[in-house]
Amino acid sequence: METQAFKKIYTKITQITKATCSLQASGIGYEEMATVNGRLAQVVKIQGDNITLQIFSGTEGIPTNAEVIFLGRPPVLKVSDELAGRFFNAYGEPIDGGPEVEGEVREIGGPSVNPVRRKQPSELIATGIAGIDLNNTLVTGQKIPFFADPDQPYNQVMAMVALRAKADKIILGGMGLTNDDYLYYKNVFDNAGALDRIISFVNTTENPPVERLLVPDMALTAAEYFAFDKKQKVLVLLTDMTLYADALSIVSNRMDQIPSKDSMPGSLYSDLAKIYEKAVQFPEGGSITIIAVTTLSGGDITHAIPDNTGYITEGQLFLRRDSDIGKVIVDPFRSLSRLKQLVIGKQTRGDHPQVMNAAVRLYADAANAKTKLENGFDLTDYDMRTMSFAKEYSHDLLAIDVNIDTTMMLDKAWELLGKNFSKAEVGIKQEFMDQYWPS
Amino acid sequence: MEENKLTTGKVSGIIANLVIVEFDGPVSQNEICFINLAGVRLMAEVIKVLGNKAYTQVFESTRGLKVGETVEFMGHMLEVTLGPGILSKNFDGLQNDLDTMVGTFLKRGEYTPAIDVDKAWEFTPIAKTGDVVIAGDWIGEVKENWIGHKIMVPFKFEGKFTVKSVKPAGNYKASETIAVLTTADGSDVNVTMVQKWPVKVPIKAYTEKPRPFRLMETGVRIIDTMNPIVEGGTGFIPGPFGSGKTVLQHALSKQAEADMIIVAACGERANEVVEIFTEFPELDDPRTGRKLMERTTIIANTSNMPVAAREASVYTAMTIGEYYRSMGLRVLLLADSTSRWAQALREMSNRMEELPGPDAFPMDLPAIISSFYARAGYVFLNNGSTGSITFIGTVSPAGGNLKEPVTESTKKAARCFFALSQQRADSKRYPAVDPIDSYSKYLEYPELQEYLAKNISPGWLDNVLETKNILLRGKESYEQINILGDDGVPIDYHLRYWKSEVIDFVILQQDAFDKTDASSPIKRQKIMLEKVLDVCRSDFNFDNFEEVNPYFKRIINVFKQMNYSLFESEDFKTYEAELEVIIKERKAA
Ligand SMILES: Nc1ncnc2c1ncn2[C@@H]1O[C@H](COP(=O)(O)OP(=O)(O)OP(=O)(O)O)[C@@H](O)[C@H]1O
Ligand SMILES: [Mg+2]
Repeated sequence: METQAFKKIYTKITQITKATCSLQASGIGYEEMATVNGRLAQVVKIQGDNITLQIFSGTEGIPTNAEVIFLGRPPVLKVSDELAGRFFNAYGEPIDGGPEVEGEVREIGGPSVNPVRRKQPSELIATGIAGIDLNNTLVTGQKIPFFADPDQPYNQVMAMVALRAKADKIILGGMGLTNDDYLYYKNVFDNAGALDRIISFVNTTENPPVERLLVPDMALTAAEYFAFDKKQKVLVLLTDMTLYADALSIVSNRMDQIPSKDSMPGSLYSDLAKIYEKAVQFPEGGSITIIAVTTLSGGDITHAIPDNTGYITEGQLFLRRDSDIGKVIVDPFRSLSRLKQLVIGKQTRGDHPQVMNAAVRLYADAANAKTKLENGFDLTDYDMRTMSFAKEYSHDLLAIDVNIDTTMMLDKAWELLGKNFSKAEVGIKQEFMDQYWPS
Repeated sequence: MEENKLTTGKVSGIIANLVIVEFDGPVSQNEICFINLAGVRLMAEVIKVLGNKAYTQVFESTRGLKVGETVEFMGHMLEVTLGPGILSKNFDGLQNDLDTMVGTFLKRGEYTPAIDVDKAWEFTPIAKTGDVVIAGDWIGEVKENWIGHKIMVPFKFEGKFTVKSVKPAGNYKASETIAVLTTADGSDVNVTMVQKWPVKVPIKAYTEKPRPFRLMETGVRIIDTMNPIVEGGTGFIPGPFGSGKTVLQHALSKQAEADMIIVAACGERANEVVEIFTEFPELDDPRTGRKLMERTTIIANTSNMPVAAREASVYTAMTIGEYYRSMGLRVLLLADSTSRWAQALREMSNRMEELPGPDAFPMDLPAIISSFYARAGYVFLNNGSTGSITFIGTVSPAGGNLKEPVTESTKKAARCFFALSQQRADSKRYPAVDPIDSYSKYLEYPELQEYLAKNISPGWLDNVLETKNILLRGKESYEQINILGDDGVPIDYHLRYWKSEVIDFVILQQDAFDKTDASSPIKRQKIMLEKVLDVCRSDFNFDNFEEVNPYFKRIINVFKQMNYSLFESEDFKTYEAELEVIIKERKAA
């Protein structure tokens, strides 16, 4: 581990709380790392020579005479190409039985990119999932979360998206991941023969929750190395950001900070933004795309965590079980990719924006018809046709198990439109009607 | 100004970006200091003084900072540099020029000059030897892009001065003396093109601030027609995430009738600023034919940039606005999002363990917001010309719930309320401004009413109020239909609802991404509103309710085609004629 020569050892702790301990020491830098009886800790407060340390794995069993050693540096990660294919814990230590990674030492949570040195994201990411590619197209350099209930298959969808995305590197930041889910990711990547493109930083439910706070910064430091230094296309998966935010609130509560909404710290917005804003398209070609998961409780998106996330990310994706077809779909109503405008109809076929809008509008009409039916009103012929369209649209396009390219998605959409509606009801620009309306 | 020995101090405590400094001399509230961190100088601002301890908020990350590091106090508050060269620039919240910074990543302690004082400008004198002048008076002018940039008597100058000399027309560096003024007691002071001003202090170089009265055209129908904003007015746009605040502000920044636009990206996404950097240098300003970037200044303190600087950024933007207003210009200041500024205040107040107000925001939040909005306005300058700052901020209410401190405080301070509704955004009725809840207090101003009657038409206000009324009645009818069923209500209810839908689709909704529809001049808005009202005022014959929907859909469709066509073009006229025919089909005699 760390070289501990020349380091002064302190053995007199003056205060211990659930997550922190305090002691008298001098010459200590803010956010400096330390070990307390071997457990990693970080300086969170300095008042004169009274230093408060946050102990990542908790203070259970820490005695007042614990051995405190300051490491003289903030949390770091060693970066090099050796990171590829490796699995690490939240501290960046290997957990795959492999050797330590050699490389350049970088501080994690480093500075942000000067906004004038960014490039506008412009490269489409194809996932094969129509609920994404057709309705909510993703772009490199974008940051977007899945808003999902804990029982939804978001990890499966993320793994699928990651493998199909043609990224040079996929970096998994797992926070509070169950061991089963961790192994699931490992297997899926292994089976796809993609392990050499994967780097994982994982905190499982078996690890202390506060350790999670390091995971996004670790993952993104590695991402910046590959995207900026190596000009690669990097995809970062962060799951589950709700558990990350929970860890933030644990720490702030234990430090007696005044909570704001939903017992979250007042700085939640800034804390999350610092992570998500690492998504970037560099003019030199490299990019960091962040796909995250924010689990909801009871589908409530007004809770402080999804709410602040929505204000930061460039859209969000909702999964929903469609009882009509018995499959999970990407919900076309509440999902939104804000960057899709930059690529649809430009890098995809010209009719894409219009077909997308027409189909979603008709799908909405079907939802209205359904409500009418549930309220006991009669349905018109149009209502019935929208409902039959909706079912096929859901089954053939929105379901997450469909895997086709965007042109095929568009063709399929035309087919369904032609089958169920008249030209006037579809209301797409004449030039596209002439070209694509099924005869 | 006398040069005192500057106060120094030593760091004695660190909690995130709150740094406590023990000092040895006089220190003032809001004074700027620099904290030494292993050779890097971190800028900070004093926000509280307790005994010999100054609580400072650092505008940078404090990682690695140690107790005992030295601190120099600067003897002044946070200031901006004012002079030619501000237009078209991209600054951070502290007015550092982002383009002259080295490297891809922002470096702690790297501060770049806001303007290049060595750049030469073509100067034309305005004041003459012997003139008596006061702060804010115009001494001369340089051409900055297409704006006549006035070189003024520095705002910090107190009292009356006599002009001793002014440089003749010619090329001078911004840092050169271009005039010498004599004070009342006979001493001379030099004036250059550059001056400094503390951002938290309003610039008051004007004689009067009357109630604003002139419509500021934005090209957005739901604003200009329904809830107009005025030159020197204030407004705010609250809305849940994704409801279209930024898209609406970007539309305003492109289209509004203003001489200068300041966009303060305050704690929002970097990619949105990149969009402006990328597009504005290419887009034409329809009014001048120049590129949009030529009239725009960007203050980018995005969400990942230091939080304390985010708080400063809105003040930096406002001060730059006041400077240009003093030149007799119409300035439009847009801030996205003022909630992030309020959150920055909250983070600091929490760290200082102040007694929290509602939702843990500082107690004095309402006062802070209202005194900020009060800096906007229409003014008469010393020489009788006028200038204005119109300020529109966005608000990002937690959970989309408007009953929260920032929205409520802003509602008291701003006169226009453009409430974005989740429901309208979900149904893609953009811009998602809620037509019932939103308002413009200016519509009640006799000054504006007079202006509208004179410049649009005498009956304009009545038309607008009638439109609002039809929308309200349409909404009521819609609720009834939903309760009683399509055939459970008289046909009249369907008619009333569909008439309000015509207004909704043709006047309220507007495609921000369509070249033609994006911006609609007031003349066009007038004609379209009259046409729509014609339909709304007509009686139509229907045998049953099922005929109503398809008929009005046809009317809406043709109206929309008109919106997408160039005003009074062949296409426009064809659709106009088609509309007449459709209306005749069912119009009651
Ligand atoms: N006038 C409009 N026309 C068409 N689409 C729009 C319009 N306004 C908003 N949108 C759509 O809504 C998306 C979100 O809009 P915008 O970014 O302005 O939201 P916002 O209110 O600023 O959200 P946040 O609070 O998260 O910043 C846009 O990416 C666009 O897809
Ligand atoms: Mg926005």
